[in-house]
Amino acid sequence: MAVALILLLVAIGSVLFHLYSPWWWTPIATDWSYIDHTINITFWITGFVFTAVIAFMAYCVFRFHHKEGRRADYNPENKRLEWWLSVGTGIGVAAMLAPGLVVWHQFVTVPADATEIEVMGQQWQWSFRLPGKDSRLGTSDVRNISPENPMGLNRDDPHGQDDVVIENGDLHLPIGKPVKVLLRSVDVLHDFYVPEFRAKMDMVPGMVTYFWIKPIRTGTFDVLCAELCGAAHYQMRAKVIVEEESDYHAWLGQQKTFAELSGRNAVVRATYQSGGK
Amino acid sequence: MVDVPYDGIAGTAIPPAEVPDVELYHPKSWLTRYVFSQDAKIIAIQYSLTASAIGLVALVLSWLMRLQLGFPGTFSFIDANQYLQFITMHGMIMVIYLLTALFLGGFGNYLIPLMVGARDMVFPYVNMLSYWVYLLAVLVLASTFFVPGGPTGAGWTLYPPQAILSGTPGQDWGIVLMLASLILFIIGFTMGGLNYVVTVLQARTRGMTLMRLPLTVWGIFTATVMALLAFPALFVGSVMLLLDRLLGTSFFMPALIEMGQLSKYGGGSPLLFQHLFWFFGHPEVYIVALPAFGIVSDLISTHARKNIFGYRMMVWAIVAIGALSFVVWAHHMYVSGMYPYFGYFFATTTLIIAIPTAIKVYNWVLTLWRGDIHLTVPMLFALGFIITFVNGGLTGLFLGNVVVDVPLSDTMFVVAHFHMVMGVAPIMVVLGAIYHWYPKVTGRMLNAGLGKFHFWVTFLGAYLIFFPMHYLGLLGVPRRYFELGDAAFIPPSAHSLNAFITVVALTVGFAQMTFLFNLVWSLFEGEPSGGNPWRATSLEWQTPETPPGHGNWGKELPIVYRWAYDYSVPGAAQDFIPQNQPPTNTGAVQGAAS
Ligand code: HEM
Ligand SMILES: [Cu+2]
Ligand SMILES: [Cu+2]
Repeated sequence: MAVALILLLVAIGSVLFHLYSPWWWTPIATDWSYIDHTINITFWITGFVFTAVIAFMAYCVFRFHHKEGRRADYNPENKRLEWWLSVGTGIGVAAMLAPGLVVWHQFVTVPADATEIEVMGQQWQWSFRLPGKDSRLGTSDVRNISPENPMGLNRDDPHGQDDVVIENGDLHLPIGKPVKVLLRSVDVLHDFYVPEFRAKMDMVPGMVTYFWIKPIRTGTFDVLCAELCGAAHYQMRAKVIVEEESDYHAWLGQQKTFAELSGRNAVVRATYQSGGK
Repeated sequence: MVDVPYDGIAGTAIPPAEVPDVELYHPKSWLTRYVFSQDAKIIAIQYSLTASAIGLVALVLSWLMRLQLGFPGTFSFIDANQYLQFITMHGMIMVIYLLTALFLGGFGNYLIPLMVGARDMVFPYVNMLSYWVYLLAVLVLASTFFVPGGPTGAGWTLYPPQAILSGTPGQDWGIVLMLASLILFIIGFTMGGLNYVVTVLQARTRGMTLMRLPLTVWGIFTATVMALLAFPALFVGSVMLLLDRLLGTSFFMPALIEMGQLSKYGGGSPLLFQHLFWFFGHPEVYIVALPAFGIVSDLISTHARKNIFGYRMMVWAIVAIGALSFVVWAHHMYVSGMYPYFGYFFATTTLIIAIPTAIKVYNWVLTLWRGDIHLTVPMLFALGFIITFVNGGLTGLFLGNVVVDVPLSDTMFVVAHFHMVMGVAPIMVVLGAIYHWYPKVTGRMLNAGLGKFHFWVTFLGAYLIFFPMHYLGLLGVPRRYFELGDAAFIPPSAHSLNAFITVVALTVGFAQMTFLFNLVWSLFEGEPSGGNPWRATSLEWQTPETPPGHGNWGKELPIVYRWAYDYSVPGAAQDFIPQNQPPTNTGAVQGAAS
């Protein structure tokens, strides 16, 4: 029967596509392989249900399609069967939910030794801030934003003076160290999205959001924006470079701190003003 | 001997008439008969035609989007701003102005009075107003294509702050008119919705107990109750956003920078809007799905000549899904930055919904078991629905399971998922339903050969469009992207897949022309259908005239003696017993009941 066969082929084709298609997730670069495992469990369970339901349906079409003289059965319900199917479904659902919630617990529990860094989104570029020697980020506020202070740091906050500020540049991270990524936006929603990291989170003006990761692989990764933020959303790009600790420190040494940047700006401004007088 | 598990199915229990027959409003002129009509059947057709017309606009927009995605850089007439405007209008039209309006305003209006055995909706005048307000909403929406700056490009979710700031296209007029149109839509819907609910509760004919209603009515009824509870959240959200935009209030607007300047806003919460939007938005998914569930149950039962399996469980599942869907909304916000511990709760409630939903799927396929399956066009579309719905429902288990959603959210996986589950699957039902009820509406059959062609191209095509798309999302391709540009993780093969999807999408789109042709051609040339061409049991097929006349039932209202699923009852002469056939005519059922 052609119809039954086609229905069956849809199921088989889907499974084969899943197994052989060249499109699959990117090689992971953080230790969130738990997330990948949970997706795999979900694929197994849902794939089984999908194939079973479609195959059963195709069989019914094949076996019970109309022929002269056929008459359907009359059976309004079957409490036992319905009950068993519900219980079976409940077990399948629990088998996906339980590992999911366990991994979510890890996701929201930031290790105590994680370094805090900050990513700031604005239409349509990324800025980054890394703590200085005091290992703490200073406070910030959009109202402080000015051309000299693009991230809006508080000038009076001592913790902020040694913060490394990277405006519209690329981010470097050391391998093997957990980082808590604090996320902030100064205008609209954005989302700091690195496919290889698996973790992502929206950045919301007026609040600070976060996720944490532990990079496990060196390399250069694309940063994309995953929350619609206006006309140039698709062009809001940067790179994250995960590297060995020594390379990271070499790079860090070349970056400017907030104090250096505002000092330089102050000098520039002073020269400009005196020159003008 | 048939084992009848409960007496709703058939029996001597005919409750006395609770509602006296009412005198209807009778139109006196052509204008009040066909234009400002108060007859639910005419209003249904008005709703359906308007929804389909604006739906065609959304379809054309999807072609333009697909052209851009499949062949980036080739079409100079599509720029990044327009792309965003297209996705926004496409999404909003499809979900609200097409599917919601078609299922509730179209199918609801036509089928509720006929299926419950009423002469009309209980408030015909309000029902008429409902349509005209809806039409106004559609016109306001369509006008945004022509205003300065064009329609809004904020995405169909209209998230502030972006939606009302200048970095987003349509910030001047587009967003204001969009919100105004939504407000109108909700007003119009509320008028219709109250009608559907009260009609189902109060105007059922004698003998039509709630547990004898066809599942179509249960689906539409529950969806309407949900819509009446969910739309107010969108309503207040829209009003507040409009105030933020026009009067400079800051409900949703924190202190922020707009075009390099500190804006006048401060103190509001963008997440508040998301909560309001999704408190509406998630139930909305089921507002579209439940009528489809109900209708498809009736299509399967009728065309498999078999009672729907587990009717009571099906009703229970519809109600359970409706109730649960009000406590899952934040599964759309797992990565929104809301308090992360909410994730546990919303993941759990979301996955629990899978259970009643799965029961529905089992009962559909179990209805096929030992049936007498007629592979008519409506049946084919019902089978197509089951496949696409199972597929889309299962990928929902990925996105609902909080931590799995983290990498997948805002990628093409999501786009593929919701198209499969609330785009393709309900559209399968809409099409199947049109093939099924067209004979009742017009008195003629649609051409079955063309219909089968239409089915195979649409079903296989839609599957080819959206199934592989999941894997682009798994790879990490983000949604709402005008162009993917340079990204090391996207291989050239992904671009080829995008081109392939576009070609299929255009094919499927043009294949719909055969359907439009069929609709028009059959109106004049279709084979006359008679009153009950599918030999179905439910009341709408038992009207004295086809198409049913004003007042539906001639002199006497029908009396209902059994549920809507007496197909292939053992011992009965025919393989179906209409709901209004008294027990004396069928020895078998009478025996069973006593
Ligand atoms: C064959 C028909 C269809 C095609 C080819 C199609 C194609 C598309 C495309 C290309 C996008 C934009 C993806 C992106 O860049 O993010 C989109 C978005 C969308 N579509 Fe469809 N679509 C179709 C039918 C439908 C239907 C029937 C619905 C009804 C539920 C629907 C609802 C949506 C929604 C809600 C969005 C999201 C808009 C947004 O991101 O704001 N589509 N569609
Ligand atoms: Cu963005
Ligand atoms: Cu939802």
